[in-house]
Amino acid sequence: MEQFLQQLASGLANGAIYAALALALVMIYVSTDHINFAQGEMAMFSTYISWQLMSWGADYWVAFIAAVAFSFVMGVTIERVILRPLHNAPVLSIIVVFIGLLAIFNSVAGAIWSYLIKSFPSPFPKSDFGIAGVIGAHQLGVVTVTLVVLGLLFVFFRFTPLGLAMRAAAQNPQMARLVGVRVDWMLALGWGLAASVGAVAGIMVAHIVYLDPNMMGGILLYAFASALVGGISNPGGAVAGGFIVGVLENMVAYAGNQIEKATGVYIIGNGEKLTVALIIVIVVLTVKPAGLFGRVVVKRV
Amino acid sequence: MAALLEVKELKAFYGQTQSLYDIGFDIPLGGITTLLGANGAGKTTTLRAICNMIRTEGTVRFDGKEIGGMATEEIVRLSIAHVPEGRGTFTSLTVDENLRVAAYTRKDKPAVRADLERILGYFPILKERLQQQAGTLSGGEQQMLAIARALMLKPRLMLLDEPSFGLAPLIVQEIFRIMRRINIEEKVSMLLVEQNAALALDLASHAYVLETGKIVMSGPSSVVKSDENIRKSYLGY
Repeated sequence: MEQFLQQLASGLANGAIYAALALALVMIYVSTDHINFAQGEMAMFSTYISWQLMSWGADYWVAFIAAVAFSFVMGVTIERVILRPLHNAPVLSIIVVFIGLLAIFNSVAGAIWSYLIKSFPSPFPKSDFGIAGVIGAHQLGVVTVTLVVLGLLFVFFRFTPLGLAMRAAAQNPQMARLVGVRVDWMLALGWGLAASVGAVAGIMVAHIVYLDPNMMGGILLYAFASALVGGISNPGGAVAGGFIVGVLENMVAYAGNQIEKATGVYIIGNGEKLTVALIIVIVVLTVKPAGLFGRVVVKRV
Repeated sequence: MAALLEVKELKAFYGQTQSLYDIGFDIPLGGITTLLGANGAGKTTTLRAICNMIRTEGTVRFDGKEIGGMATEEIVRLSIAHVPEGRGTFTSLTVDENLRVAAYTRKDKPAVRADLERILGYFPILKERLQQQAGTLSGGEQQMLAIARALMLKPRLMLLDEPSFGLAPLIVQEIFRIMRRINIEEKVSMLLVEQNAALALDLASHAYVLETGKIVMSGPSSVVKSDENIRKSYLGY
């Protein structure tokens, strides 16, 4: 039972990270119809920034906030400088740019900080944090931080005029212009926010997977899977999808271990986690192409 | 009367294809002007050209200020509201959000609330639907929403692209009645594009007739209405 709860807790912690990165993907997808393949590498780069600040002596949370702010500026800049000229370009050109960005961030990080794996601290004190034996301090911290960030984003999009303008711009850019919304800036802002959320995911996961330029590769796949499971055009669904994928992959591996223990036959284990995640995606998309929470927008003509 | 909007030698292009040829007209302050024409004559294109949503050449002056090269969102911010073809509903937002997003650019935030109440007074049905997803409204309700949303911009000029499109005659009459009230009570000048020439000529004081991208006739509505060619081609009797 205790082992089950531990697996559940670690699933939730991983899920929180997938959820954050999935949300970053969805934020860009809903306004541009593109999946930013470089989202993971941008998050990795931001994580290195926070590591660099800490190694220069900055406090963890100072480095955290500075890296998130840096990511925002980085996201806005990438959109304005690199993607803006491509607004009317064919999809393939944009995909090539995303892949280029992915390679650039990866190799620049490698060149500056080397490919050696670095350990990354956790800000959460072990003693008075977490529930002994069930959920570790860092896991609980990851879930909390992610939920706070997601909550802030929800409030921003739901209750502020700027958030409303961004949603309008994403939904119907032409009409948004006709009510005076500067759609191009809304896109750039969306990129900034997505990069910031990605940075939170990167910094939170670095303590678990350690810091290296390839740390986000697998996580981006999970995030993509989460976004698809939840519904690629539904931010809330992407978050739920993140937690579902995170918990489910651990549960499947846990069940596999139990079966092996009981019968001695190895069917499935930790090694097949990613496979399991991708099978989930295929099954969900076959049964419900819009994702679990993706609703088909009602439209009367 | 001074012209609120002056258009001179306006040309418009879709890609390589030219679809407006040196169009010129004036919209008087406070009045309703209509632009008539058959399918493909260039009515919608003219409205789009005014807001610089397509490639244009020529002069467009609003309140004496040249707005030719400005971005669409900047033109709108000068208080020109465009109620587009197809109504431009933000389908996944609520009715309330559709209305509030139009006040996004306004500086006088305290007045917005009172304006919303007053505007809903013209369209009581929208008041009942405030929290509903706008995509679930009927066609007539969406047209009302589009006009109400345009009003939230606090416009001085409203460009209306076929508000009668696809609606039942009774609804059309109601919407046209409301438009007349808005013109008078809100002091909004209007440029109305219509295929329903009879209705448009009743509402507008001045009319221009477009044919394949050129203005072929203009004058007070009463004169245009009694012109024999117009009567035969557009009024059908």
